[in-house]
Amino acid sequence: MSAQTATTAAVTPPRSRNRAWGKFKRNRVAVLGTVIVLAMIVLAIFAPLLATHDPFQTSFMTIRKAPSATFWLGSDELGRDIYSRMLFGARASLMAGVVSVAIAVVIGVPLGLISGYFGGWVDSIISRFTEALLAIPFLILAIALAAFLEPSLTNAMIAIGVSAAPKFVRLARGQVLAVKSEDYVQSSRALGASDTRIIARHILPNIMPPLIVQATITIATAIIAEASLSFLGLGLQPPNPSWGSMLNTGKNFMVQAPWMSIFPGSAIFLVVLGFNLLGDGLRDALDPRQEK
Amino acid sequence: MFKIILRRVLVAIPTLILVSMIVFLLQKLLPGDAVLTMAGEERDPAVLEFLRHKYQLDAPLPVQYWAWVTNVLHGDLGNSLRTDVPVTQLIAHKLPVTLQLAVMAMIFAIVIGVPMGIIAAVRKGTVTEMGANVAALSGMSIPNFWLGILLIMLVSVKWRLLPASGYVPPSEDFWLSMKTMLMPALVLSTAIAAYLMRHTRSAMLEALNADYVRTARAKGVTARRVVLRHALRNALMPIVTLVTLLFGELMAGAVLTEQVFTIPGFGKLIVDAVFTRDYAVVQGVVLCVAVGFIVMNLLADILYILVNPRLRHA
Repeated sequence: MSAQTATTAAVTPPRSRNRAWGKFKRNRVAVLGTVIVLAMIVLAIFAPLLATHDPFQTSFMTIRKAPSATFWLGSDELGRDIYSRMLFGARASLMAGVVSVAIAVVIGVPLGLISGYFGGWVDSIISRFTEALLAIPFLILAIALAAFLEPSLTNAMIAIGVSAAPKFVRLARGQVLAVKSEDYVQSSRALGASDTRIIARHILPNIMPPLIVQATITIATAIIAEASLSFLGLGLQPPNPSWGSMLNTGKNFMVQAPWMSIFPGSAIFLVVLGFNLLGDGLRDALDPRQEK
Repeated sequence: MFKIILRRVLVAIPTLILVSMIVFLLQKLLPGDAVLTMAGEERDPAVLEFLRHKYQLDAPLPVQYWAWVTNVLHGDLGNSLRTDVPVTQLIAHKLPVTLQLAVMAMIFAIVIGVPMGIIAAVRKGTVTEMGANVAALSGMSIPNFWLGILLIMLVSVKWRLLPASGYVPPSEDFWLSMKTMLMPALVLSTAIAAYLMRHTRSAMLEALNADYVRTARAKGVTARRVVLRHALRNALMPIVTLVTLLFGELMAGAVLTEQVFTIPGFGKLIVDAVFTRDYAVVQGVVLCVAVGFIVMNLLADILYILVNPRLRHA
């Protein structure tokens, strides 16, 4: 690598990062999203400290109690405290969001990089395969996988991750095609850099912003997907608390105990909104070309 | 032009084959002896032998796939492992229900989303635009099953305005059918409307900045005409494509909506099948949805070629 490329590589990113950060800070809606997401993370981490009750403690004396000083958000059909269960449910939700997107990125990005960089028959095979997976809707594939793999949180995360991977293949591939002919890639090739080095050192850092934006927004989708699977009974299994499964039981007591549905649903809505706001803000700050 | 269309059709074929392979391989994820799972409670050796032979489960994988795909091409998706009804018949029975739900939801989404997107683009930088953006983001973030539960609590339980669940075919009682489907369709439309709004907004923003719009304004065309005739017509094409792409989204959403409103459609079929371990039905539904999606995309692309003057004469 020449001295010149080394300096540009070293100098440019921090400066553009500062500019992006400044832009992000001024975007009040994006900051709101960040606050929501951080608050949820804090609640999830400190769930054991913040909980007022044991989330598994059932009691015949306290079945379906309305919100009160003892049960802040009411109690459920087995007399368990909804507030405490929701705190622990936040863990399942956030973990599902982050882990399944991590799976999608780990599968999708390398495939996309290879597909875009090498082109030819490798690209054709990967692209056809991606198209085939994209033809099966996200949730339907996740339901089918959860069905064949036995329902559990881990399998839900695998299913969501696998069905979200094609998005990342497509995005990474498109981005590689866009930067492949740029001067810095051409010159490092002329200098004899290996393909691996070009991909890892020159292409990947330059296509990071759209990938980060996509990952953030996909976390929002993945959280809804996990909640949906749990709502259908295909996610985290009882008695473990998850917002989706709490809604599933809540819907049977809509009339007698509306709080059983109102609060867990609000939590899903809020955390998904947070990630969506954050993603939008990141897109405006990092990737102004792509407005959607 | 026919060459372009032909090429597009040919590209869909490998995708279809791959989809069929994925659906076929799903059953291979099952742990243990597939025949035992397929047979369910049935333990009669003769039945097991028959199943093993029918699906050629002792043959190598490609042979098994070939046998399966030949059956599928002959319209045989196997029989339900629980009720022994052919899967194709089950699907044919449930499809109209979900189709009605999906079409109504799509109409709502277009009627809500597209005008909102146009207004947001025209009123850029105003409170109206902000309001539209907040509404769209909320629509994308709200889990539709939760929205359904809230609406049932309010509209059906408290106000007693609309039925909370069930299904009435339009052929039986048209208005009652519309009434029962109104809430589910509205719920299903929220996320789609939100996507449509955001895409319409950005497509319109782009069109409004184009040279031909500036020219139209300069020659004194009224603001209304500029928006509707010049900008919208150009922004519309990507929106039409998006509508077909959202078909998958619609199908996935229908699964949850049908669950909340207990509508006996496609979504309810696959969920019930998952719980009764009726794998043939699960496979059949997944295959149908995927093939539907590919065909919809194909039609959208052909439509695009037909209406785009630059491609029409190619």
